Parts: sequence; structure tokens; C-alpha cells
Amino acid sequence: MKLIELPAGQTAYVAGFEAGTEELEAKLREVGFAEGDEVEMLTHGPFGAKTLAVRLNRSIIALRGPEAAAIRIELTP
Amino acid sequence: MNAFRLALVGAPNSGKSTLFNGLTGGRAKVANYAGVTVERRSGALLTPAAHTVELIDLPGIYGLTARSLDERIAVDVISGREGKEKPPDALLVLVDAADLRTHLHLALQLKALGRPMLLALNMIDLAERDGVVIDIDKLQERLGIPVVATCATRKAGRAALLGRLDALIESSRRAGPSEGVATVAGLRSMQREARAIAKEVILKEPAMNKVTRAIDLVVLNPVLGPIILAVLLFLMFQAVFAWAQTPMDAIDNGFGALGAWIGEVLPDGWFKGLLVDGVIAGVGSVIVFLPQILILFAFILLLEASGYLARAAFMMDELMLRVGLNGRAFIPLLSSFACAIPGMMSARTIENENDRLTTILVAPLMTCSARLPVYTLIIAAFIPPTAVGWFNLQGLVMFGLYLTGIVSALVVATILKRTLTRGRPQPLLMEMPTYKLPDPRDFLINLAMRAWAFLKRAGKFIFGVSVVLWFLASNPSSAAGIRDSYAGMLGSWLEPLLKPIGFNLEIAIALVPGLAAREVAVGALGTVYAVQSGGNDTAGLAHALQTAWSLPTALAFLAWYVFAPQCLATMAVARREMNSWRWTTFMAAYLFAMAYIAAGATYWIARWAGL
Repeated sequence: MKLIELPAGQTAYVAGFEAGTEELEAKLREVGFAEGDEVEMLTHGPFGAKTLAVRLNRSIIALRGPEAAAIRIELTP
Repeated sequence: MNAFRLALVGAPNSGKSTLFNGLTGGRAKVANYAGVTVERRSGALLTPAAHTVELIDLPGIYGLTARSLDERIAVDVISGREGKEKPPDALLVLVDAADLRTHLHLALQLKALGRPMLLALNMIDLAERDGVVIDIDKLQERLGIPVVATCATRKAGRAALLGRLDALIESSRRAGPSEGVATVAGLRSMQREARAIAKEVILKEPAMNKVTRAIDLVVLNPVLGPIILAVLLFLMFQAVFAWAQTPMDAIDNGFGALGAWIGEVLPDGWFKGLLVDGVIAGVGSVIVFLPQILILFAFILLLEASGYLARAAFMMDELMLRVGLNGRAFIPLLSSFACAIPGMMSARTIENENDRLTTILVAPLMTCSARLPVYTLIIAAFIPPTAVGWFNLQGLVMFGLYLTGIVSALVVATILKRTLTRGRPQPLLMEMPTYKLPDPRDFLINLAMRAWAFLKRAGKFIFGVSVVLWFLASNPSSAAGIRDSYAGMLGSWLEPLLKPIGFNLEIAIALVPGLAAREVAVGALGTVYAVQSGGNDTAGLAHALQTAWSLPTALAFLAWYVFAPQCLATMAVARREMNSWRWTTFMAAYLFAMAYIAAGATYWIARWAGL
């Protein structure tokens, strides 16, 4: 399952990355995503946006669909 | 003894600037790094053991892979590769104590550089209030570097940090350039190590900040969110006009009284003319707008410090995406309402070069606070305060001017992104900080810095322009009207060009210095009309304009000001930021063209409508 598929209000755990490029993976890792981290889908942006607000551990990260599709998740730790 | 050079490093939102203001008391030296446009803020502080420390505030970074211009400078300075800047003696690394797990890997990456460093668990007060408990001794032991819990806004929090600095200064040795880890494999292992350490040292880690969660439930709601944003922006502009009125009147009366008093005390002569008609009329008519500019900056600073600004960027992302930019471009554009210079500079956080260029090119279309003096003057003189439903016609016209600027910016950006600056929009990936109450001291320091910058401009630039213009307007003779003066001669060269769009000679004269700095146009009109009437009436400029201008001319003047190119300072910054004369010329040319066409169209439509 990918982060982008996580319904709002649900919690999951980062399992890995399918970024396609090392650049995107590095970017996601630098902003804080890592294997085992707890993520929760908070909401999407207004005006039908594909921009997502995601809780990562105790922080909130804004990211778009393509980036959220690059993060693999599992529903159990 | 040379000052110990300490670089402040941390992720965006780790509280660097607040700590910097807290430690230096806001006494910052602001300059640029040699050859690039990244702002270099440094300040001096004294430790308990009387060591002088030069604190350098570096741009925020998430890791050592630099993507934007800002990040590149930060990384180069940290690793000692920035050729013209001496490498710092030590790093003060800031990590948000509320989420050590997510952010600790940056500290590990920096530690791998092998430079002397001190880790500060910043905003410890907020983390503790949430119930986070961290074993600091254990963290220190596991990392092998000194760790201190800090809180930029409390004296005790700063004192703890200063105490640890002395130990660092006395023990540290200078290190040469070093390379960081920037591969994915390196990052992965750093993260693994960071998570392992976090697991050991975080004794208690409750769920995310409840207040932030509750606020975001409303503020980020796809329906309510944009409404709240619109209401906030509306309140901001309402405040600029409603609250500023009383102090503005006071300043205006003050300058009027000063001019009148000097007029009585001094003997008649050129010096009195210069002082009263040139200096007091010119500078006074600009300083009057300080209250409005302060309120505008205060709003933007509060939105930023509270954590809301990042949410606004999040909500605007989809609309900005349709234009071809991303949500990040919203912050530079919003700052441009105060002034395009900080707006253009904050565009540096945009990684994609084409996006950054487009944002800079349209930033001047956002109505900056320097245009307020012009708008306020003309609206007060020509638009009656008739009630229109719940609103007042003057307010609606002002709103219309702002809206015209915004819509044009979006249209121009859309066209640019499909033609000259084509390219895929960059991904949006940013942290939205925990909400916090802005610290009053930090807020006041930031606001004072803005106010001082404005007054310095008014003092230096506008003073000079007022004096020169007064000289040009009253020599060789202004007895037979302004046309006989040097200023009149200069203006009459421009007059044929400006006549088709309804501008008269006085406007032509005021426009030239108005290009140097917009608000000067008001001062210039003040000077031109004060000289013409031979009086010293600074408060009565609006009245003078009513008799001298027709309504179509006034409306055309407003339309001109929505688009006309920025003050020279903005142009200079735009050139520096874009590093291209071609783009700067393009920017000036398209703005002039739009201003000319808009003013002309307004003038002729207004005349046709019989206004």
C-alpha cells in the first residue's frame, strides 16, 4: 500500500520507498520519512487538491500526490 | 582576540531566527554572502566567561543535499567550502525537541562532518508542555557531543546555552573543510542510527500536540480553511485602513504644525522654502504611512510566527499549481504586499529555477505598502465615502486595486509558465510547524527592524529626492507657474507621451522620482503643489489635487500605480536575484507596458462614461 492510498484519519507505518529516483528518496528521507515511522493521513487541500497533510511522528508534513505515491506503508508496525 | 564564529544550523521551523533574536537582542548585521544574494545575518554576543561570539544565522536545511540557493550557501558555509567566508569555528545545531525522532538525523549528518558542535534541543518548553521527556545526559553520551535544552524566549533557556558555549569555545580546535554524507545509503544509515538513539533517549512521547491537531481540524478543512484564509486577509487589509487612521492623523498634524511653526520662526528666503516646502512636505507625506506599513508587517509577522503561514501555502497549493507554480510561491507573493524586496528574497526557498524566476517576475504586481500612500491620497481626494451595502465606496475601490494586482499576477504567471519559463512544477514538500503563540519580544524586534528600514529609506532617499525636486521646481523661477522651472522643463519632455493617458504636467514631474521609490510620488506631488501654491500646506494636498485633476485623470493615475515598475531598490534586488539584465529589462518593460495601457484604458473609458 502507498501513503497516497491511506484514508483520512487512519494511521500506518512507513515500510519503504518506491521513489523511482534516488533524488526523490533522498528528499523524502531528509524531510524526515524513514522506515518504521508512524504516519497518519490528516486531510487533503481545498479546491480538489492532490496536496496532502500527513502526520509524521509528532510533525505535520505537506506533500503532493506523486511524492505520497513514492512512500510504501503497512498498516501494522 | 578574534570573535569565536558560531554558525546557527537547523531545519526550517526549528526556531533559529527566534533564538538568534533572543541571543543577540536583535542587534544584527545584515549583509550578503560575497557574490550571491543570500542574506547573511550575524550578531555579536558575550558569554559568561567574557568570550565574544559572532553568531551567524544560516538558512534552514533538512540535510546536506543542497537544492535551493539558500541551502547551498548553508551547506557550503558549514562544510568550509564557501571560499570567501571563513569556516565557522563551531556549529550550534538546533533540533525541535518536540519531535526528536524525526529530526535527529540532521544532527548526525552534521556530526559526521567532524566540526566542533553543540546540539540544542530547542523549544524544550513546548515539548515539555506536551509531556515529552528526553534523557539529555543519555543523548549527550550516545552522540558524544554536548547537548543542552534551550528555549529562545526564556532567559533561563538562553542562559543555559551561553554557559555551555564557554566550555565549547575553550575546548574546540579549528577544523578544515570536510565532506558530508549525501547519498541515499548514507542517509538511510544515519536515519537508522538516529531512530535507535531516539528510542533510547525519548522516555515519554505522547501523541502530537493536541491544540495544533484541534486547530488544524478546522483551519485545514477543505471547506472552512479557504474561508478562514479569506477572512484573515480581509481583516488584515481592514486593519491597515481602520486602525491606522488615528496615528496617521496625528503624524500628519504634527508635520503640518512643524511646517507652520518653522514658517513663522524663520525669515523668508530660499532656506525656509527648502525646509518647509521641500523637506517637511516631502518627508512628512511619506512618514505618515508608517502606521499602515507597520500594521501590514505586524500581520504577516504574526501569521508567520504562529505557524499559520505554512498552512496558507498548503491551502493555496492547488490554485498556485493551476497557475503553474506551487504553494511555496504563495509566501513570497504574500510578503510582497508589504514590500516586494523581502518577497523576492524569500523566493529563494523555491528550488526550481523557472518557478523562482516566475515568482520574482510577478512579485511587483502584488500591491506593496509603498503604493498605499498613493492609493490613500487619491482615493481620499476623489472617491466619496458613500455607503454601498455594508461597505464603503472608498474601501471597495482600494479592494479593487488590490484585486486587480492579484489577478494580473496570476494571469502573467500563467502566461509566463506556458511560454518563457516553461517547466514542470516542483514538488511541494514542507513541514507545517506546531502552532505557537508568537513571543512578544521576538515580534517587536522583527517589527522594529522593518520600521527602521522604512524610516531609513524615507530619511535618506526621500529626503534627497525632496530636496532635489524642490530645487528643480523652484528654480530658475516658479513665479509664472511650474512650467518655467527646471522640473517643468523636464516634465514637459515627458508630457506628450503621458498626455494620451490623461496625465498632466505635475504628474509627469512627480512620476520621475516616483520611479525611484513609489511613495516618493506623493512627496513629489506635495512638493510640486506646495511650490505652485506658494504655501506650506502639507495636509491640504488632497484638496489641491481635487481642484487640479479631473476624475478620469485620478483614476488613470491609480491604474498606472497598480502596474508601474517598482522603485529602483526593487529593480536592483530583482536584478541581483535573477542575476540577469535581460530578465530585469523584460520585467521593467512588461510592467511599463501594462501600466501605460491600463492607465490609458481607464482614462478613456472614464471619459466615455462621462465621469
